[in-house]
Amino acid sequence: MQGFEGVLAQAFGLIAGWDADLVEIVGLSLRVTLVAVLVSCAIGLPLGAAVGAFRFPGRAAISVVLNALMGLPPVVVGLGVYLMLSASGPLGPLALLYTPSAMIIAQTVIVTPIVAALTRQTVEDLDGEYREVFASLGIGPLRRIGALLWDGRFSLITAALAGFGRAIAEVGAVIIVGGNINHVTRVMTTSIALETSKGNLELALALGIILLGIAVVVNALVMSLRASALTVAYA
Amino acid sequence: MLEFDAHPNVARLPAPLLEAQDLSLETRGAPLLRQIDQRIRAGRRTVIMGPNGAGKSLLLRVLHGLIAPSRGQVTWQGRPLDRQARSAQAMVFQRPVLLRRSVLGNMRFALAAAGTPRAQRTGFAWQALAEAGLAGLAHRPARVLSGGEQQRLALARALAAEPELLLLDEPTANLDPTSTQAIEARVRAASDSGVSVVMVTHDPAQARRLGEDLIFVHAGQVVETGRAADVLLRPKSPLLAAWIAGDLIADRP
Repeated sequence: MQGFEGVLAQAFGLIAGWDADLVEIVGLSLRVTLVAVLVSCAIGLPLGAAVGAFRFPGRAAISVVLNALMGLPPVVVGLGVYLMLSASGPLGPLALLYTPSAMIIAQTVIVTPIVAALTRQTVEDLDGEYREVFASLGIGPLRRIGALLWDGRFSLITAALAGFGRAIAEVGAVIIVGGNINHVTRVMTTSIALETSKGNLELALALGIILLGIAVVVNALVMSLRASALTVAYA
Repeated sequence: MLEFDAHPNVARLPAPLLEAQDLSLETRGAPLLRQIDQRIRAGRRTVIMGPNGAGKSLLLRVLHGLIAPSRGQVTWQGRPLDRQARSAQAMVFQRPVLLRRSVLGNMRFALAAAGTPRAQRTGFAWQALAEAGLAGLAHRPARVLSGGEQQRLALARALAAEPELLLLDEPTANLDPTSTQAIEARVRAASDSGVSVVMVTHDPAQARRLGEDLIFVHAGQVVETGRAADVLLRPKSPLLAAWIAGDLIADRP
């Protein structure tokens, strides 16, 4: 049994040495989460903007549901997506279970409500401020949505980053639908869980350090965005 | 019925540009505007004046179609105020609401909304900024401008659509004298080029400087109308006299 210092040194050694397994795992993690966040934005931005900017029956209920879905337990999402994708499930014929695509679907289910709910809040606040001016200028619905999204850009990027942070650190859903298969569906979080239980602490720790680093970078991005938003008098 | 309609010089008028017919507005039973019958004449500068809470800004919003009246209607050149009629009007608000983009971006947005072809927007925008004296600030974020500059931009944005009628809701209430002068000069220039103007103000001096026709509103009702110069000099109603003398500050609810 090595001491903690020894494990830590080996972990940094893996990172510095650009270890092939490590790079593969980190690469897959980033790929899966980036695609999931992009898909979530493609769904969540227009959905949130529509709920935030238009008055229609059921709007308040949708807002409540979106906010509630932000706190979806990832394990339950994993179970739900598993049931959909399993051989006997409605999407079974697509044979997506235990592929990166399944993990993207699961993370998309987790991130979309985050993006949509934060977008709704941002767009609704902006709309309250712009409503009269837009009505006076005779802005049509499409141009209005576009302007609200563009003028909310700093908050919306922050929302996407929040979704990214949630998805990249998430383990429960991807381990159920991905299966943590070596060289196929092994991502940072699932590898850390597995390698730790195997006693392969240096790889687990190396991945943990990288994951922490990503979290720090994401937060730094959010804070610098906030700073630049203030300098253009965004608030 | 209206004093200035009986005036010999204006006896034979074409259809008014904008007309309020039996206009009332109430929320939860509380009357905010009461049975307003009023004509806005084309090519004139009409000033709506009155104490705080009199309903001046509400009346302006109803005339612009931003708020639907509870009873009565607004007509534009004899027809109901529809979307097309609205696009012939532009409004400047008391507090300028500018988009979170550059000064130039704000102008381009207004031009796009007015249907200016994409290829011409940038050229028109620069021209409008030059006229407003804002060309040097074109690439600055609009919301870091001073209050006066923001309001000049809001006015330039409103005029970009080449409206027939310009509505202004106390546009200089929050501004310093220099900025007020710049806004008034721009409004006068627009008026001289044929744009009809309706302006809400609580400042009798401003009404004297800019007003040709005057509508005095009190407690949601039109109390007195006429040529601004006549009415301000010889008010008929005691309320307007008190207002001009500075003894009437705000409406009691």
